[in-house]
Amino acid sequence: MTSKTPLVEMRDMCLSFGGVRAVDHVTVDLHPGEVVGLLGHNGAGKSTLIKMLSGAYRADSGEIFINGDKVTIENPRDARAHNIETIYQTLALADNLDAASNLFLGRELVTATGMVDDDAMEAETRKIMHRLNPNFQKFSAPVSALSGGQRQSVAIARAVYFNAKILIMDEPTAALGPHETQMVSDLIQQLKSEGLGIFLIDHDVHQVMNLCDRASVMKNGKLVGTVDVDKVTDDDLLGMIILGKHPHTGEVMAG
Amino acid sequence: MSDKPQNIFAKLGIDTRLLGMIGALVVLWILFDFVTGGRFLTPRNIFNVSVQTASVAVMATGMVFVIVTRHIDLSVGSLLGFIGMTVAALQVHILPDILGGGHWSIWIIAAIAAVVMGAIIGAMQGWIIGYLTVPAFIVTLGGFLVYRGAMWWVTQGQTVAPLDPTFKLLGGGADGTLGETLSWGFGVLASLAAVALILMSRRRKSTLGFAVKPVWAETVLIALASGLILCFVWIMNSYPIAKGALPRIAEARGIELTDGMTLYHGVAIPVVILLVVTVVMTVVSTRTRFGRYVYATGGNPEAAELSGINTRLLTVKVFALMGALTGIASIIASARLGSVDVGLGTLDELRVIAAAVIGGTALSGGFGTIYGAVIGALIMQSLQSGMATSGVDAPLQSIVVGLVLVLAVYIDIVYRRKIGN
Repeated sequence: MTSKTPLVEMRDMCLSFGGVRAVDHVTVDLHPGEVVGLLGHNGAGKSTLIKMLSGAYRADSGEIFINGDKVTIENPRDARAHNIETIYQTLALADNLDAASNLFLGRELVTATGMVDDDAMEAETRKIMHRLNPNFQKFSAPVSALSGGQRQSVAIARAVYFNAKILIMDEPTAALGPHETQMVSDLIQQLKSEGLGIFLIDHDVHQVMNLCDRASVMKNGKLVGTVDVDKVTDDDLLGMIILGKHPHTGEVMAG
Repeated sequence: MSDKPQNIFAKLGIDTRLLGMIGALVVLWILFDFVTGGRFLTPRNIFNVSVQTASVAVMATGMVFVIVTRHIDLSVGSLLGFIGMTVAALQVHILPDILGGGHWSIWIIAAIAAVVMGAIIGAMQGWIIGYLTVPAFIVTLGGFLVYRGAMWWVTQGQTVAPLDPTFKLLGGGADGTLGETLSWGFGVLASLAAVALILMSRRRKSTLGFAVKPVWAETVLIALASGLILCFVWIMNSYPIAKGALPRIAEARGIELTDGMTLYHGVAIPVVILLVVTVVMTVVSTRTRFGRYVYATGGNPEAAELSGINTRLLTVKVFALMGALTGIASIIASARLGSVDVGLGTLDELRVIAAAVIGGTALSGGFGTIYGAVIGALIMQSLQSGMATSGVDAPLQSIVVGLVLVLAVYIDIVYRRKIGN
């Protein structure tokens, strides 16, 4: 896998907030058809790292390569232009708008006269929701009226509708019950088989062991290491998260 | 169950909020008509209320966008005065010297200047709010003082009069109407447009296989829409022009005046302007990307930003639009009075905000409709005009309007809680 050009490579990324080094010289990569888990405590810097890829934050330093080409991502529009889609932990939905308006937010379908085509957007939304969550029926209600799982499926639909090549999922199952969590797992497998690269941010070591090919662990803004999940145990991963101890070298991260 | 009134309205697709506002308006009208002994619901008074509503209602449509994006604009009254004074000076002191007095293009130049001036000043305020991140409350509070002061500077506090005769038509009055024939034409055109819109939407929905309203509901809606429009035209066309003004109006309309002949007002031009603004702003709010982003940003600014919406630039656009609409309102207000003094527009910002809020715009952002704001302005104006006609003295008028504002917002909060917003 290492011989191929990675789909995404984030090299030597740094970002500080005030005096705090939220992300400190971190390098990660992602290949097509691969799921890479990002693990770490709250405040370890994993969300911050990934927000530099999704355009929510601008990096202080570091380089991002997509298919080997250096790119500049300064805002969410840039990220979308590179087919990077993000499912945020907060879902980032406008609660006062309906599912279709949220799904197409920033990329509305328009009629020949340049008017927003709500009917066409609702038709498309019905199609994709039928695939993702067949029980979904509340197409004209504002998303504030939806359940946690339904809101999640709107956020997921938005990410997968626009032919994403790189998908970032920030704790996609945090708000979900077991049945819906299973649905998300199935979806990840399916998208993976379609050749997408997925960054999966998660607290849950089990989930990462099940869904991911590799795991990158962060602690205090630094990268502890990246490992193949089938070469480590749950405890190894926990050791990386809690102690900053690399399972292969046995080295413990300073700080 | 299906015979319950709520279900009938649900099938018609009329939301309860709209219904409530119209209900309040009707109650108010009947009440005032009763108290004044039938002097309120007369063609004359309805004509006057419609004209008096226009200026505030035009601004209220813009204030909806401002409030929906979680901002506020306290400067519109002062800005209206500043623009009014500048444009008055332009058409009275400056343009006649360049083009010659009474030149045909003076009113056009003046009107365009008002709108452009409003848009530029609004954009400047929006830039300070969006890019320099000074809160809108402070920026427009500053603007409130700045424009009132600047207005005084334009003519050192002198009143400017008389305005250009053609310009004055934009403010209504006996001269500034469409006249009877044109009013009917306008009414028929507006009705046809409403019918076409309803039918087109229905056809699109059914080709996509969505549920459509039952045919009877659609028919009732069409009848209601066109009926209301034509009824309004009919009332305006029953307001006779005073005897003294007859020869002048007859000449202006190119009618040979015969003995015992009566002419009628018809729809006032500021009302036509208001209706056009309402339709355009409704289309902008519901059918354009800009409008969609306004509501998305109000609902969740962070989500809007993450969806690639440039929310800073959006703020500039929203305030520029507010400024342009203030320019239009300024044309109506100054043209109606025929002169501009330093008091023009005083307290209008509060009337405009009250109209938007009574019309269901939530100060927490994300919710608000254009038609709601226009009806809100109409309720405010009816209240004021009704109390004046009933002989309620000015201090009590203020007290009542103030209490109604608070009550209206409380009812709105209760309503939202009930429907789970």
